[in-house]
Amino acid sequence: MKAPRWLAGVAVLGLVLAACGTQEASPGDDDGNGDGSSRDLRIVVVTHGQASDPFWSVVANGVNQARDDLGIEVEYNAPETFDMPAMAQLIDTAVASEPDGLVVSIPDADALGASIQAAIDAGIPVVSINSGSDVYRDLGILTHVGQTEFEAGVGAGQRMAEAGVTNTICVNQEVGNVALDLRCEGFAEGLGGVPSEVVAVDLADPAGAQAGIEAALSADDSIDGLLTLGPTGADPALAALEASGRAGDVQIATFDLSENVLNALDAGEMLFAIDQQQYLQGYLGVLIVTQFAQYGLLPGGGNPILTGPGFVTPENAAQVIELSAEGIR
Amino acid sequence: MASAEARPVDERVRRVGLTRTLLNRPELGAVTGAILVWVLFAILAGDRGFLSLNGTATYLEVAAQVGLVGSAVALLMIAGEFDLSVGSMIGAASMVMAIGIAELGWPVYVAVAAAFGFALVVGFINGYIVVKTRLPSFIVTLGMLFILRGVTIGITRALTGRTQVPGVHAATEGDPIAAIFTAQLGPFDVVILWWLVIAAVATFVLMRTTFGNWIFGAGGSAIAARNVGVPVARVKIVLFMATAASAALLAVIQVLTFGSGDVLRGEGKEFEAIITAVIGGTLLTGGYGSAIGAVFGALTLGMTRQGLFFAGISSDWYQAFLGLLLLIAVIVNSWVRNRATRGG
Repeated sequence: MKAPRWLAGVAVLGLVLAACGTQEASPGDDDGNGDGSSRDLRIVVVTHGQASDPFWSVVANGVNQARDDLGIEVEYNAPETFDMPAMAQLIDTAVASEPDGLVVSIPDADALGASIQAAIDAGIPVVSINSGSDVYRDLGILTHVGQTEFEAGVGAGQRMAEAGVTNTICVNQEVGNVALDLRCEGFAEGLGGVPSEVVAVDLADPAGAQAGIEAALSADDSIDGLLTLGPTGADPALAALEASGRAGDVQIATFDLSENVLNALDAGEMLFAIDQQQYLQGYLGVLIVTQFAQYGLLPGGGNPILTGPGFVTPENAAQVIELSAEGIR
Repeated sequence: MASAEARPVDERVRRVGLTRTLLNRPELGAVTGAILVWVLFAILAGDRGFLSLNGTATYLEVAAQVGLVGSAVALLMIAGEFDLSVGSMIGAASMVMAIGIAELGWPVYVAVAAAFGFALVVGFINGYIVVKTRLPSFIVTLGMLFILRGVTIGITRALTGRTQVPGVHAATEGDPIAAIFTAQLGPFDVVILWWLVIAAVATFVLMRTTFGNWIFGAGGSAIAARNVGVPVARVKIVLFMATAASAALLAVIQVLTFGSGDVLRGEGKEFEAIITAVIGGTLLTGGYGSAIGAVFGALTLGMTRQGLFFAGISSDWYQAFLGLLLLIAVIVNSWVRNRATRGG
């Protein structure tokens, strides 16, 4: 009756080999590209980016570029789904592995606060990226790299006002998301005196969203400016303009990029899109925490470091489409 | 009367060697597997924190969270039924907790009672439908998985206008009931203790009580069991209520520990719970399995999840490893069982 154990042994040996193979395949070696100027640093990045979200692949590409440029060891980790307990556990594990620096996103400060606190208490430098601009100071995080929503909205409003609009709507596709409310508020501020009405639609229901936007447009003929807060609002808005025959009369702009948005920009159907340039969030997050771990250097005195708003317009849309295919925008 | 020695020994009371006794235990594969996975990561990542106290605490916490539910799910599977709704149950119960405490201002004990009460009702409904309609529990609880998730998202958005409810910490700070679910001993969370206690209770029930025999009977052959007087329907309904309650316990612990609830909590946990039970030697067809096995199944899962991190392998690969582990475990377990349970 030795055979079963023997088989179990072989089976798990297979696992060992699989694990070793994966480890070799996974990059993160500083022997290959270390130029001798960096000592052996190991940075861990933990985000809430779901595997299916192309936005976060761009962040991960920025992280990997920073790893290669700096010649250090960087590990990028995220739960497969939006799962705060799992993310907190990943941070706990990162802390236990005693890295030289930690980069995190903070979509839920309540759920992640204790784990991040533990990292700081353990003396690990922590930088937050993407989400968390409102809480990073209270948690004792060095700095935040991202886009502040209100200021980005102000930028959108100013550009829209320059285009000469007189009456606008701000289409909110996810009511309850505080970040989106801030974008609309900033937009109204940036417009100066131009009126701006918020129209609420549901991102999970594109047909309903389109109907809602059409209704808002037909209710007020004087509307000549429209801001959407993401591709899930922009696509139905473009369709609504087309359907109601107002395309060309109404200036339309959006937050964040998608293939559809880029094509509309390239065709001159949109005024601009606001890009938070998340590639930089990954790149700068790693760069900043590395510089701090190595030399104690910190830019900005702890003020947030803004990666956006970057503006994509019909003039530079073609270049962005190219970079988007490479996973950089 | 002929002397006992002269009679051929009844196979039920024949002497059995130690090796065979061990091989006959459903959890053998899981225990061996857990040890091997530990050794594997100790070699790969021993110098990177896997063996440290903090490292141990993190994989035990992951194991405890899935093991809590896994132990209850193992009992249900031994009784021949599935519960795919536990993942959604975690989300629903965590919203009952979070909305109750943060939005409606309930005291902690009321919110905890409400979460468990809600879970027991849903568990009862699951069990009642399965028993009355004789439909496969896979389908019934698959329906419940979607119903619960949808209702959770719908009600939460309608009540609060958002999908994530924060602010539980502020209301529960210093609450003695909350401490039962969130206490810490050094780096170790109390959830680990809950896990071990629940696994011990499940094992005791299974191995030492009449109810435990009924569980095996209901899963082995429900008709035969009913004919010898086992209340199969009652056993199954109670077990459905137990799996729902275990999900609620995890939800209570998560909400009080992490201070918030969101509508996606627990997504995919139904499969992880089944995986821990199956790695632990429980048969999908029922009638065979162990709660101790599920403990080692959960431990294996926890060590794999966090061990990959310590070994410097991206978490992108975790699900592939989990699937591989599951396949290996099932193949080894069934091979061992076929060899060991053969007569002679």
